Amino acid sequence: MIVFINYLKNLGPIKIINLINMNENQITLKIDGLKVNAEEGSTILETALSNNIYIPNLCYYPDLKPWGSCRLCMVENDDGRLVTACETLVQDGMNIITENDRINRVRKLSAELLIANHEVDCLTCRKNDDCKLQEVSSYLGINREDLGSLRRQINNISMDDSNPFFDRDLKKCILCGVCVRTCNELLGVKAIDFGFRGYDTKITTFGDRSIVNSNCVSCGECVVACPVGALVPKEPVKPAREVKTVCPFCGVGCNIYLGIRGNQVINARGDAENSINKGNLCVKGRYGFKFINHPNRLTKPLIKRNNIFEEVEWDEALDYVAHKLSKIKSEKFAAISSARCTNEDNYAVQKFTRVVMGTNNVDNCARSCHAPSVAGLAKIFGSGAMSNSIDEIKDSACLFVIGTNPTASYPVIGLRIVEAVKNGAKLIVADPRNIDICKHADIVLNQIPGTDVALLMGMMKIIVDDELIDEKFIEERCENYNEFKESLKEYDLRTVKAITGVNKELIVKAARMYGSTKPASILYSLGITEHTHGTENVFALGNLALLTGNMGKPSTGVNPIRGQNNVQGACDMGCLPDVFPGYQKLEDPEAIHRFEEAYKVKLNNSNGLMFPEMLEVARIGNIKAMYIVGENPVTSEPNTENIKKSLKNLDFLIVQDIFMSETAMMADVVLPGCSFAEKDGTFTNSERRVQRVRKAIEPVGESRPDWLITCQIAQKMGAEGFEFNDASEIYNEIAEVAPIFGGINYNRINEEGIQWPCIDEKDKGTPILHTQTFKTESGKGRFIPLKYRPSAELPDKEYPLILTTGRSIYHYQTSTMTGAVEGLKTLYGEDYIDMCQEDASSIGVKDNEKVKVISRRGEIEPKVRITESCLTGVVFMTFHFSESATNILTNSALDPISKTPEFKVCAVRVEKI
Amino acid sequence: MNFNELFKESVEEYDSLISGVIPVILVGSATCGKSAGAQEISAAFKAELEEQNVMAEVIEVGCIGLCYLEPIVTIIKEGMPAIFYGDVTSKQAKQLVNDYIIDNNPMIESALGTFGDKQVEGIPNLFDIPVMKPQIRRILRNCGFIDPDNIKHYIAMDGYKGLNNALDLKPGEVMEKIKLSGLRGRGGAGFPTWMKWQFFVDSKEDENYLICNADEGDPGAFMNRSLLESDPHSVLEGIVIAAYAIGAKEGYIYCRAEYPLALERLKHAISEMKKLGFLGENILGSGFNFDIKIKEGAGAFVCGEETALIASIEGKRGMPRTRPPFPTTSGLWGKPTVINNVETMASVSLIMQAGHDAFVEHGTQDSKGTKTFSLVGNVKNTGLIEVPLGTTLKQVINEIGGGIINDGMFKAVQIGGPSGGCIPESYLDTKIDYDSLTMAGAIMGSGGLVVMDQNSCMVDVAHYFLEFIQNESCGKCVPCRLGTKQMLDILTDITTGKGKAGDIELLLELAGGVKDGSLCGLGQTSPNPILTTIKYFKDEYNAHINEKRCPALLCNELINYQVIDEKCKGCMLCFRSCPVGAISGSKKEVHSINIDKCIKCGTCIELCSGMYNAIERVHKY
Repeated sequence: MIVFINYLKNLGPIKIINLINMNENQITLKIDGLKVNAEEGSTILETALSNNIYIPNLCYYPDLKPWGSCRLCMVENDDGRLVTACETLVQDGMNIITENDRINRVRKLSAELLIANHEVDCLTCRKNDDCKLQEVSSYLGINREDLGSLRRQINNISMDDSNPFFDRDLKKCILCGVCVRTCNELLGVKAIDFGFRGYDTKITTFGDRSIVNSNCVSCGECVVACPVGALVPKEPVKPAREVKTVCPFCGVGCNIYLGIRGNQVINARGDAENSINKGNLCVKGRYGFKFINHPNRLTKPLIKRNNIFEEVEWDEALDYVAHKLSKIKSEKFAAISSARCTNEDNYAVQKFTRVVMGTNNVDNCARSCHAPSVAGLAKIFGSGAMSNSIDEIKDSACLFVIGTNPTASYPVIGLRIVEAVKNGAKLIVADPRNIDICKHADIVLNQIPGTDVALLMGMMKIIVDDELIDEKFIEERCENYNEFKESLKEYDLRTVKAITGVNKELIVKAARMYGSTKPASILYSLGITEHTHGTENVFALGNLALLTGNMGKPSTGVNPIRGQNNVQGACDMGCLPDVFPGYQKLEDPEAIHRFEEAYKVKLNNSNGLMFPEMLEVARIGNIKAMYIVGENPVTSEPNTENIKKSLKNLDFLIVQDIFMSETAMMADVVLPGCSFAEKDGTFTNSERRVQRVRKAIEPVGESRPDWLITCQIAQKMGAEGFEFNDASEIYNEIAEVAPIFGGINYNRINEEGIQWPCIDEKDKGTPILHTQTFKTESGKGRFIPLKYRPSAELPDKEYPLILTTGRSIYHYQTSTMTGAVEGLKTLYGEDYIDMCQEDASSIGVKDNEKVKVISRRGEIEPKVRITESCLTGVVFMTFHFSESATNILTNSALDPISKTPEFKVCAVRVEKI
Repeated sequence: MNFNELFKESVEEYDSLISGVIPVILVGSATCGKSAGAQEISAAFKAELEEQNVMAEVIEVGCIGLCYLEPIVTIIKEGMPAIFYGDVTSKQAKQLVNDYIIDNNPMIESALGTFGDKQVEGIPNLFDIPVMKPQIRRILRNCGFIDPDNIKHYIAMDGYKGLNNALDLKPGEVMEKIKLSGLRGRGGAGFPTWMKWQFFVDSKEDENYLICNADEGDPGAFMNRSLLESDPHSVLEGIVIAAYAIGAKEGYIYCRAEYPLALERLKHAISEMKKLGFLGENILGSGFNFDIKIKEGAGAFVCGEETALIASIEGKRGMPRTRPPFPTTSGLWGKPTVINNVETMASVSLIMQAGHDAFVEHGTQDSKGTKTFSLVGNVKNTGLIEVPLGTTLKQVINEIGGGIINDGMFKAVQIGGPSGGCIPESYLDTKIDYDSLTMAGAIMGSGGLVVMDQNSCMVDVAHYFLEFIQNESCGKCVPCRLGTKQMLDILTDITTGKGKAGDIELLLELAGGVKDGSLCGLGQTSPNPILTTIKYFKDEYNAHINEKRCPALLCNELINYQVIDEKCKGCMLCFRSCPVGAISGSKKEVHSINIDKCIKCGTCIELCSGMYNAIERVHKY
């Protein structure tokens, strides 16, 4: 039975391919006399397995190129030659024999040799019951006598248990190379390879160091792929049941199965049957679930009395909150909703704010990240989200990756980029640092932080001068081209080089490559938006796509990758001060009317305050109460000291979270919400796909789903329209009030999510935006002339270095969740300052030495990491930890349009301690 | 300057050098010569010439193949034939300057042979001496006679005439000539060269590559190294001709980094070629463009295998992949690629210089031409030889090799390197050609001939080659990585007295599986040393396994050392030299060996042999 189940595992992915291409390129062959159909270009092994004929194999893995090393899939062809079924392509009319004495001799030899060299402790092996060597041995009927006379030898390589999540036990390794090929072919990480020769051959890291000291990113893909017990999770227990849901760690929206035993989440695995992650996961998604059942979870409501938090019952807490809020006048209240919470949670917060509190002072953390995308793309294209889908990346002919570090921040999108390159795509990377994805790039442009407008305008001038523009597209689908073209004049190469620091030839090469390779897709994230000219950066990218006609077609577009799991959804749900759910503008009388009808109250129609404005107004005392759900601005926002001042100045602060964050510490009331694993709902990923989040376990402690808490406060305050029984009822209301979600309900997204706009039940959703017209007033894409403006704070004598910030692959935002996962802390436990050797030498500091980093706003003392990824004059820090918090340094100067702070550029000085 | 002018100029230069009034001293300075002290000899000549204030040109040349006589020096004086001297010492060098160069006394007693029209009384013609006589030197024709660092020497010897001839023909016509020559790949498998080229041409892709495989890795083989060091242009010319014939755009020479001198000579030769227009754009005005890059390998034996070699050039670990697709369809960077051995390339230039008719004069029906071999082991004359294909093993061993050293008994010859086999005396009439050797269970291989005498243990020989293969296995496929290890472990057991009944059968079974199941040629042929030794020397296996006895008294675990009382004179030499103090005895008394302490290092036996021969190896059981 075990063997049979394992066969099926092998069959899975191939079956799908065969179903899709059933009628194309069909050929017929015979396997052991049995007539079978096969698809041209498939191998004998794939064909056999998909026809339910088992051929033993070890080094075969569906997603990888055939390798032919285990020699177990040997079959005899028409010429009587033994060939590997995994490598030999099917041919029409061929006769394949899979079983005879000669074949068995080779197969048994290989299997016996492997077993004679294998530590056979099956019952206590962590791979027991899921081991392909067991499967092969059982199929071939290997017995003790067969092994009797063979000399038995097992290598004495000791276990590498350095990684907090998995162990490498090379005593069990059969050298099938699946891990090496997974790491190289699929991930492009290349952390491991074959090393040494002969019997000493083993899988090794660079310099034969332990895995944790290699460039391994701990994604665990090799652990999943390993057919034997050589790569095994540290905690191998199997779940009693599994629940399919969505990973909570970034905007990619990977589908996962949470494994549950009792009321504990014990593991996670990728779901192979979806177009987003296809089974892949990163280290956080695979191993970062320990925060769910963490002992530090908030389990009871807390009220601060005499500066001390006291646990109280829910009723008391809710009454207290309702009582306090009922005294606050509308504009004196503001709410920050959570990009980590579900759409339903967010919807409840905006409804509460608008209906109960009578204000539009509601915003979410997109303000600090992609607000320039929302504003910028809306102006150019009429809609501010990813124009195309994640699954299209792999088919693009040219990828322009700018201001994003996909392998660290959105690892599964990083995989798709690597896949695209493997498929032959050209890759242009523009980033102030030599980030990991540069390894795969054809062209790398290291612009000085904050000079993107100049770089992009320079590229566009070359595209125009070289006549690489898509005239037809511009003529038919765009407007304002001539004004824009005029604005390109000042961006001659000399000027652009002087501003950006990028070599002229490279700019020309990149412009020509993007301009002449189609379809071309732009991928970007916060390196573009978190600037005082973030919206202008977005305009520049929009211009570039319009100029070359790379919009509204498959594998093209301008694609902002969203950083938080539901930041798209938080915006979609109207947790923005100027729009209702579904981006219906407050200034639109029809919209107001529609919502007043739906909510049965009179609504305030003046735009509310944006997040930084709320803090500003709070500081001068005009905001009295704030309701912060699942956010930690004290650590996440720039200029920490200023934020603390604002929050301290409030009369009443409610923080709703799953952990006692730095912000929660400042609250008057702390309400324990549920994590994603404890509630139903939906997340909307970067590509606008609304996906089901499912309750896997009962709420930890007395925590409650966030939407429920918000609704209960509303009800305590006497409001109507908050009597939802479950999350699906909320979604039904969303679909009613916001036409772009009109066709979405829980039934329809049970198997797979739907990409909005989805107008009605017949609508299958919209993978590609703007295919026919743009959503602007005129229906045309609007070119926007641009002028380069330098960043707000430039380096000078006193603060000579540019500090730019970003994420580590091991942590998520302010690490409230990932920080509760011990293994992730082991892999990356503090924010370092990365700098190049030259800068380090000029200050006289060594690797791992503590330094003082000083900006005009404050100072911190991180350790130095000397790295080749940083260029001279530019230092980099992550911002995950509150100890020595990076945002003490950063500048709160804002983009005038979107009010997004300039996290990516500030001037600092580094001093030796 | 066109080619004919260049040829004329080169001939004049070369003639004026060797027929001029200034004497010329050629010092054999290939790796074999250098390791025997050629550099000191050159220095000694120069010093003495200066000391005596005599003019003579000292030129470092390659190897004429008589490695056992290195350092070899050739002196050419006006009016005299070239005279070869072997085993030259610095003292002799000094003497030669004074006696021969100054005084016209050719030192007949030290001379090896002459070369040239004239004779010197008392010195035989070099090619009449027994070691040379059966040889036909075509590939090695220039080795030791020209300065490998001077392209004009090569041109003077008809070099690049082959290329010039080829460029006058259409590529297809060149291919036809190679076909008519019957040339088969000299790398070992003997695949017809023209056919490989044809597959490549048929693949019809614009981007393609030609690779010269100079990754000579067999233990005991050094033909390619010697040729590259002694006459690099003969190989390079062949590469360019081949490229023209098949329409290759870019060439690589894959040569192991352990061949520093060959690499140096190749790099220099390529720069000379570029200067004179034999390489690069518009070669010899023909419009044909071709360039050669050198890729240094890190010395993995498996990188001689075509697909591993390609992986290595691509910067990957040298691991073979399954063929088909063959490199001629999908090779370097996935493009059609021809890979030819060094000697194949040298044969191509020879064929195009002297004509295919001359090439087929030697050889057999199916194996045309001559072939170089490195003859090593227990023969008197070791070195680099060249014989027509079809010559018998007996001729090579007894005539060229001069028979077994110390007039011992021939036991076996290992041919074809680790993939080859051991051939016993009863097969000595086997002709050296591709098919006859395969029939006998060996292979031609690249041309290593290791001769073994009665003191060789055949199980140990199999163990030696298998250990080599096991160490050099890339580790990719299971049968090769673990099968060779298993066979090696069994052989280790047998040679240490732990062999079990059934081990021979187990070895044969494993050998069959490894042969059928391995991915590449290295694994597929790795059992050959075992299979041939079991086939021809099964008795030795049985003796080891059943009687725990090594007939050759070589396997240490199965023997003891003992003193022959009646021969021991009590000289104390062994007593003093034993590294572990296992020998006891006092002066002029018979010594004895403590077998518990003895590590069987052989020091005592070596010291005593030739003196009293009082220590012997005996069977332990």
